[in-house]
Amino acid sequence: MPMALIELHNLQKTYRVYQKKEGLRASIKGLFKRTHKDVQAVKGINLQVEQGEFVAFLGPNGAGKTTTLKLLSGVIHPTSGTASVMGYTPWERENDYRRRFALVMGQKNQLWWDLPAQESFRLHQQIYGIDTKQFQNTLDELSDLLGLRELLSQPVRELSLGERMKMELTAALLHSPEVLFLDEPTIGLDVVAQHNIQQFLKYYQEKRKITILLTSHYMKDVAALCKRVVIIADGRIQYDGSLSGIIDETTNRKLVTLQFANPITDALLESLKHFGDLVKHEAPRVTLEVTRDDVPAMLTAILDAHDIDDLIVEEPPLEDVIADVFARVSKASEEEPFPDEVS
Amino acid sequence: MATVTSHQPYHGSRFKTWWTILKISLEERFVYRGDFALGTLMRFLPIITQVFLWYAIFAASGKSQIEAYTKKGVVAYFMLTMISRAFSSMPGLCSGIALQVRDGEIKKYLIQPIDLIGFLLLTRVAHKLCYYVIALIPFAFVFFFCRGFFESGWPEASILCAYFLSLVMGFLLGFFIEASLGLVSFWFLEVTSLVFVYNLLNFFLSGHMFPLDLLPDWASQFVNLLPFQYLAYYPAAIFLGTIPPDQVWMGLAVEACWLTVFIIIARVMLNRGIHRYSGFGG
Repeated sequence: MPMALIELHNLQKTYRVYQKKEGLRASIKGLFKRTHKDVQAVKGINLQVEQGEFVAFLGPNGAGKTTTLKLLSGVIHPTSGTASVMGYTPWERENDYRRRFALVMGQKNQLWWDLPAQESFRLHQQIYGIDTKQFQNTLDELSDLLGLRELLSQPVRELSLGERMKMELTAALLHSPEVLFLDEPTIGLDVVAQHNIQQFLKYYQEKRKITILLTSHYMKDVAALCKRVVIIADGRIQYDGSLSGIIDETTNRKLVTLQFANPITDALLESLKHFGDLVKHEAPRVTLEVTRDDVPAMLTAILDAHDIDDLIVEEPPLEDVIADVFARVSKASEEEPFPDEVS
Repeated sequence: MATVTSHQPYHGSRFKTWWTILKISLEERFVYRGDFALGTLMRFLPIITQVFLWYAIFAASGKSQIEAYTKKGVVAYFMLTMISRAFSSMPGLCSGIALQVRDGEIKKYLIQPIDLIGFLLLTRVAHKLCYYVIALIPFAFVFFFCRGFFESGWPEASILCAYFLSLVMGFLLGFFIEASLGLVSFWFLEVTSLVFVYNLLNFFLSGHMFPLDLLPDWASQFVNLLPFQYLAYYPAAIFLGTIPPDQVWMGLAVEACWLTVFIIIARVMLNRGIHRYSGFGG
């Protein structure tokens, strides 16, 4: 069987953390005897990603997303398990491997702060050994796509966060990596900048057919970019599939919004509550959460009895569904006999 | 095995990479001109206090010569250690490494195909070059003005060669010692006190504070066993002819050994440190 481009087998990572207790006395004690705690950040991840996929990692803070990306980019060693990216073992950090992938962290700056980004790019050209003509073509293409041309000669420290992020992306893509890891690339950006970066990533990925793994807290990023979503919570994969599949698989509820032609009385509201949970009441609209199978019967009954001007049946917001999944996982892990914390 | 055929060939050359790093670091240095100019001028201040101190010592002792040093000879010595230190001192190197480890910027060197020590060395060479270019004029002026203090004049060509060699090796030795200290931060995040101790030892044992040949025999034997003397005293002593010409090259050979030792230490520490970092931190 041919191997996938990225393969993870039972990957585990445990950090050892120094336990600092509160107070001066405890601090002095800590000088002589330190207590450590093992924190299992990743508890056995199995994953296969094919060439050309755009996969999103979703999960609450501390779920193990970033740790997984760090393992894949070779920054850290796993405690156990194996990984292969393009046939390389990431943490062996072969130069060949390092020339073929890139990691962009939304919260870290890799460019020279006091110099124009152009200079950092030149350095990347040398470090990654990019042919001059190809370098110029790639840089032209990227700076046109991201609208950076005028900014290339401005010191990085004078750029806005959004502009800087675009520069970071450019720097990461100059050597045309075949695998790209993005750790919250749109964190802290305004809606317009987020949108620009999404559009860019979508275009670039489709054109170059590179493989991208992305972590993000913005559902919009995920919805716009990734067909495949991996939910990581509590160090394990909780869901792996399509975005719409999350809703199908994890909830059987629908949101029904009704707009009444006549004023809504208290009695009417009470009667609606028989069908499902009242989510919102803003006259003349009422929104109810209803079990999927009950929707047709409910609509028939209501349309028979009332004048309805408008009617919307929709899936519950993705954020809510995912938040439910997270909450369920963390509740389940609290019930384990030996809860292990996640960092 | 999954392999992707679009993999780009590698077009780099090591030399060009080095040259680019050097050029970019130079540009970076020139960004803060004011800081730079002030830093250059400030170099001259400590030596003035030291000269006054030694004049007071001569006055108090009532002698015109202390061991091998006349009043003028002492001034010449301190001017020369100023040059040694301009090569061997590494402001911010150790703390810079510690900071990078602490805030995780070190990851950059794990992800990109680049060597941390080589990179730091090149940026340091750039800093120094920059400094020499700017400082050349004031230094030349001061030395010309103070030429009378150099009683024996210029040394002969072979000694001058040895002198330059000792300066360059002093630079490398200073770099690798401080880089090794900085890499300790992989184990202990905070290295400020370590730097303080090092600077203190350096101040007394390198000849920065007083000429090492003024030490009593037992102490100078001890100091001779340490690498610090190469950071200030040794180049100055070569220039002044304090070290007999036939012993100069022997001393340089010992210095080269020290340099090799610290290159190895820094390398081993980097490898172990990265391994530890990737095992525990990240």
